[in-house]
Amino acid sequence: MEKVNRSRDKQKGKKDTTAEVFSHSQITRLYSRFTSLDKGENGTLSREDFQRIPELAINPLGDRIINAFFPEGEDQVNFRGFMRTLAHFRPIEDNEKSKDQNGPEPLNSRSNKLHFAFRLYDLDKDDKISRDELLQVLRMMVGVNISDEQLGSIADRTIQEADQDGDSAISFAEFVKVGKLHFYLLNETAHPCFLHTLT
Amino acid sequence: MGRPGSRLVSSGSIRWSWVKLLSGMVGKGLLPCFTFSRQQNVIYLLLEVIISSWLLFHSQGIIERDETPMEKEIARLHRVDFEFSDIFYFCRKGFEAIVEDEVTQRFSSEELVSWNLLTRTNVNFHYISLRLSVVWGIGVIVRYCFLLPLRFTLAAIGITSMIVGTTMVGQLPNSSVKNYLSEVVHLTCSRILVRALSGTIHYHNKENKPQKGGICVANHTSPIDAIILTNDGCYAMVGQVHGGLMGVIQRAAVKACPHVWFERSEMKDRLLVTKRLREHVADKSKLPILIFPEGTCINNTSVMMFKKGSFEIGGTIYPVAIKYDPQFGDAFWNSSKYNIVSYLLRIMTSWAIVCNVWYMPPMVRKEGEDAVQFANRVRSAIARQGGLTELPWDGGLKRAKVKDTFKEEQQKNYSKMLVRNGSVGSLSTGTESD
Repeated sequence: MEKVNRSRDKQKGKKDTTAEVFSHSQITRLYSRFTSLDKGENGTLSREDFQRIPELAINPLGDRIINAFFPEGEDQVNFRGFMRTLAHFRPIEDNEKSKDQNGPEPLNSRSNKLHFAFRLYDLDKDDKISRDELLQVLRMMVGVNISDEQLGSIADRTIQEADQDGDSAISFAEFVKVGKLHFYLLNETAHPCFLHTLT
Repeated sequence: MGRPGSRLVSSGSIRWSWVKLLSGMVGKGLLPCFTFSRQQNVIYLLLEVIISSWLLFHSQGIIERDETPMEKEIARLHRVDFEFSDIFYFCRKGFEAIVEDEVTQRFSSEELVSWNLLTRTNVNFHYISLRLSVVWGIGVIVRYCFLLPLRFTLAAIGITSMIVGTTMVGQLPNSSVKNYLSEVVHLTCSRILVRALSGTIHYHNKENKPQKGGICVANHTSPIDAIILTNDGCYAMVGQVHGGLMGVIQRAAVKACPHVWFERSEMKDRLLVTKRLREHVADKSKLPILIFPEGTCINNTSVMMFKKGSFEIGGTIYPVAIKYDPQFGDAFWNSSKYNIVSYLLRIMTSWAIVCNVWYMPPMVRKEGEDAVQFANRVRSAIARQGGLTELPWDGGLKRAKVKDTFKEEQQKNYSKMLVRNGSVGSLSTGTESD
């Protein structure tokens, strides 16, 4: 229990917005989840710890999601990083909109969510989704069930529709404009699908 | 959503279980020195404290899961065949799994709704009051200094008499007298061992008790399951040969009555195992076999996949559901965290082992049903009876990785949707009508 206090105090001291996104009991539950995943008991999670969750291991995008937790080039994530990534998917509550206009944007704001999704596609972090990167994600999702040509034409068509400046790649601005994506996110806030905790 | 199968225990039912338990212990002569009235005061003090220190541990999960299937969720956004937002479905499922998944929680002890004065179940320590801490302290003294030596002595007596008794009976020539005596020995020693754990067991539907020549299957929570069942009847055990004290017990027991022990190398040969079990079952004079088809200990909140091997043997299956009451002690053996000795120590320093055993009507394999379907049918019946959830996942996931076939299934489903919605290769003319 002291560990939780220490990590929370550290967060408060550094004015990290992560701690303010979650309530006390949510943090406690997340911490006990973190420790139950941490088989090595060294205060950090590795990729293998995530892979041990069966429902995540069978998820076609499992590896990408796991990667999102790990900062650039690192193999371990601590509790703060764990919470930070999870904070992206917390539903946006109405009372948060009016809060603190001058402060840093909350992690689960719409544009941060879109950024998160964009980063799942954009592996090399050049702020563009190229045809290859799109193909990679598509291949992960369909496995061996669709041929290369079919997949290629799906990718081409998708880029063609969203691409506006003609560079055959999707920039973040074009990504945002994709109508359906926006619709889904709007839908998501009305229907809190995540971290709806009691107490 | 939460975890179905768990329920908020009302204060009334806690009170009643404590009264039943302690009066049971008195009745069986474990606490002969306490007069009943002094004991009543102890009970009520404990109850008052437990109720007033009601830790509101909601037994529901931390997240509310959205269970719309993939097809509906992605299809409702679709006019054209692929959208960038398709990843959101998988993302969400992934994040839900990271925060709380159905499988890994079954491999650790169940969380309690209210604290039962054992530190080991106090996951989130809150200091409530001095009185509670004092009561907890008294509880520690009672459990470790009084109950533990008593139980340990009883266990020692039980195991010794089991070894001596079965060896003696084993010397006799095969006859009905030998079978009768071996039954007496097994039952008596089981009963001593159950007392050693302060076990209070309720058997329901005794008319469905497993008969000779049948196979008894039950859900598996701990090594104690076998003792709980043999308390009420004799079974032929199936298992691997161990070394040490366990091996001594096994060798002694098999002299008195035909248990089925396998060498480690023989266990790998499935055909050999099935053949030996089939021979045992075919002999109608032999005791029913006791098998735990899950293959590993699960934490008694759910029933995981039954391995089909036991259901290929043929014969009548007698399902049995075992449900422990976690309020008095945690019977689950987390073998990755505790070894058998520390596990037994924890059991012997709990308040008691309280459980319900339901004998269920026998089941046979239907025409046209294969072993897997039959196994699932039996599993559903046991889960329903015991109030446990059913999970299609394999208990072996405790240690092994999940097979890739499941991921491939998900990929196949998604591909089907992708190809179905727009015909691949033609230009889409979907309208954006949102």
